[in-house]
Amino acid sequence: MNMQATERLRNVLYQVALVGAIGLVAGYAAFNLIHNLESRSIRIGFSYLTREAGFEISEKLLEYDATYTYGRAFVVGLLNTLFVSAVAIVAASVLGLSVGIARLSPNWLLRQMASVFVESVRNVPLILQLLMWYGMVTELFPPAERALQLGPMFLSQRGLSLPWPEAHAGWPAALLGLVAAFVFWLIWSRRTQRLRAQTGRASAAWWPSLVAFVVLPMAGWAFMGAPTAFSMPELGGFDFEGGKNISPEFTALFVGLSIYTAAFIAEIVRGGIVAVPKGQIEAAQALNLTRAQRLRLVILPQALRVIIPPLTSQYLNLTKNSSLAVAIGYPDLVSISNTTLNQTGQAIEAIALMMAVYLTLSLAISGLMNWYNARVKLVER
Amino acid sequence: MPAPPRIHRSPVHRSVLWLRANLFSSPGNTITTLVVLGLLAWLGTRFFEWAVVNASFGKASVATCNALAGHGACWSVVANKWRQMLFGIYPQAEQWRPALAVILFCLMLVASATRSMWHARRLIALWGLGTLVCTWLMAGGLGLTPVPTALWGGLPITLMLAVFGTLLAFPLGVLLALGRRSQLPIVRAVSIVYIELIRGVPLITVLFMASIMFALFLPEGVSFDKLLRAQIAIILFNAAYIAEVVRGGLQAMPKGQYEAAHALGLGYWRTQQLVILPQALRITIPAQVNSFIDNFKDTSLVIIVSIFDFLYAVKQSVVSDLEWRHYFVEGYLFAMSIYWIFCFAMSRYSLWLESHLNREHRT
Repeated sequence: MNMQATERLRNVLYQVALVGAIGLVAGYAAFNLIHNLESRSIRIGFSYLTREAGFEISEKLLEYDATYTYGRAFVVGLLNTLFVSAVAIVAASVLGLSVGIARLSPNWLLRQMASVFVESVRNVPLILQLLMWYGMVTELFPPAERALQLGPMFLSQRGLSLPWPEAHAGWPAALLGLVAAFVFWLIWSRRTQRLRAQTGRASAAWWPSLVAFVVLPMAGWAFMGAPTAFSMPELGGFDFEGGKNISPEFTALFVGLSIYTAAFIAEIVRGGIVAVPKGQIEAAQALNLTRAQRLRLVILPQALRVIIPPLTSQYLNLTKNSSLAVAIGYPDLVSISNTTLNQTGQAIEAIALMMAVYLTLSLAISGLMNWYNARVKLVER
Repeated sequence: MPAPPRIHRSPVHRSVLWLRANLFSSPGNTITTLVVLGLLAWLGTRFFEWAVVNASFGKASVATCNALAGHGACWSVVANKWRQMLFGIYPQAEQWRPALAVILFCLMLVASATRSMWHARRLIALWGLGTLVCTWLMAGGLGLTPVPTALWGGLPITLMLAVFGTLLAFPLGVLLALGRRSQLPIVRAVSIVYIELIRGVPLITVLFMASIMFALFLPEGVSFDKLLRAQIAIILFNAAYIAEVVRGGLQAMPKGQYEAAHALGLGYWRTQQLVILPQALRITIPAQVNSFIDNFKDTSLVIIVSIFDFLYAVKQSVVSDLEWRHYFVEGYLFAMSIYWIFCFAMSRYSLWLESHLNREHRT
């Protein structure tokens, strides 16, 4: 036999051995599993999802109470995870961008402050920070009877209570108006860009959009009957009734996740800005652009190419880190799955569902970011 | 060309110039400086009053702290409970043993950070021997009072989870990285699926698996220590991240290295062992240190599956104590500073190492 044939045979043998080993371990585990489930009389399967859950969830974006099913509870938890992640991603991006820019500020003091922030936040475990925030909200804020009043809002151990519009078709209509204004802004700024590229003259891009952002939501609101009824928070017993309550759990998770991730984003932003060639900045200076204009028109668009890939993984980390909610009692996916598996004993299904969700989220976010990345990629000649 | 005349400036003049350039270079800059200074002064004095002026130091009783009515920090909570925070419920009289183990662990970390130790044999000898001594100190026997693992807790557990979680994950990570770049389709597929699966889920779910699901896959009656299960989960989790770091190093290897090894008649394993890995691993050391920092912070998640690590010990001794629970801020600040010291030191080391290795590479 020649050498190549030996090698090929060896390669095949290696892989057969690997498959065999994995199969053996998996088979042994499956054998034990079946035996264990039988002796504990647990029936495997997802039928438990249609049974009544019997536990309450304190925060929900969907209608839910203890009589709903485990499946519904799972969806409520999933939505909570998505909601807190989405809000925290926005906040962390804004804060991280600001701190990252501050780290390169010509002002020495601001620079130092930004690095102190970054170094102190990212070297302490997130879960410890969450426990600290949660403790501060629930212990250091005054009890509901002596809540701090900020205009119509109340800040207390029960979280932040604020006025909230009563349900009425006018509000979704206003929201729709906002979306329409956003679409208008996109179309309009693209149009002005095109006009500028064709004629070389800069036309006012911002004021029609600003008008749209004011007028369209108001039009939607007025068209559907201009509702003005607000539900105001009022103290009843030991808690606030009416209005909208932002719970201490949500607040702690939101603040903790945003600040922790912002520290990492700040470093990414700084790295991205530093990576922009110096000649670009000098050219922008030569064109007499102000510092803000240089940042917005020259530096950031180029820095984004470097920033996007690591930023994606930070967004993913934030989403995965939102699972620490279970430590402070925010009813996220993990927390609800944990309750479910404790009540039903369906550990394998609950954990598998949980992992499947995070995997899907991970793949979805990185897919989305890859698409965006391909769009902002440098177009080489 | 004659040297330009050197301008001698007084220190005062120089500092004025520095101030003007760095803090007051433009009106906007001046405003920023003043705003930040004002904010710092306000926050600084308030914090100083709370943390130092009005604070209670030393082993004062809880009544003394209550009398402060929140105007001052109660550092007495740390003074009274630091042993419990650091070592959990380990028997009081024997707590010199975990203390010694922690010091030994730190010394081993410092020793591993020095260049002369970067040889597989030396590292294995150091950690093998060190682990034996630490285990003996913690567990007892041979002249020391035996202490069961159920009583272990605090900082030694955190260090153990972090250090073994990296050391033992390393070989697996290297294998996975090699597997991901392998020509063999099944090996590659298995590696990719493992790495992406683990990296796609949060550590908590893996810990849940280890603490709840794992027992179902073992024969009836066989059970592992809870701590060991969490340790295995952390090892399996880290391996995927280490694999990606190693893969970065492997990708940086020029093709010529493989071709040269091939020309010398080296087979796959000898090529990796003698030519590729020594170079590839060396350039990934700073990244490995960073992933160790992440791992060190992540070990605190074991609190969710009720493992008695440092964070749990702090939480247990302060928050669960009805008398002292109002002083959790001081307790958590203590825990934060311990974590911070470890992580900050390591991140500085990683930065130093990076520039050091870069410089070496260039010359």
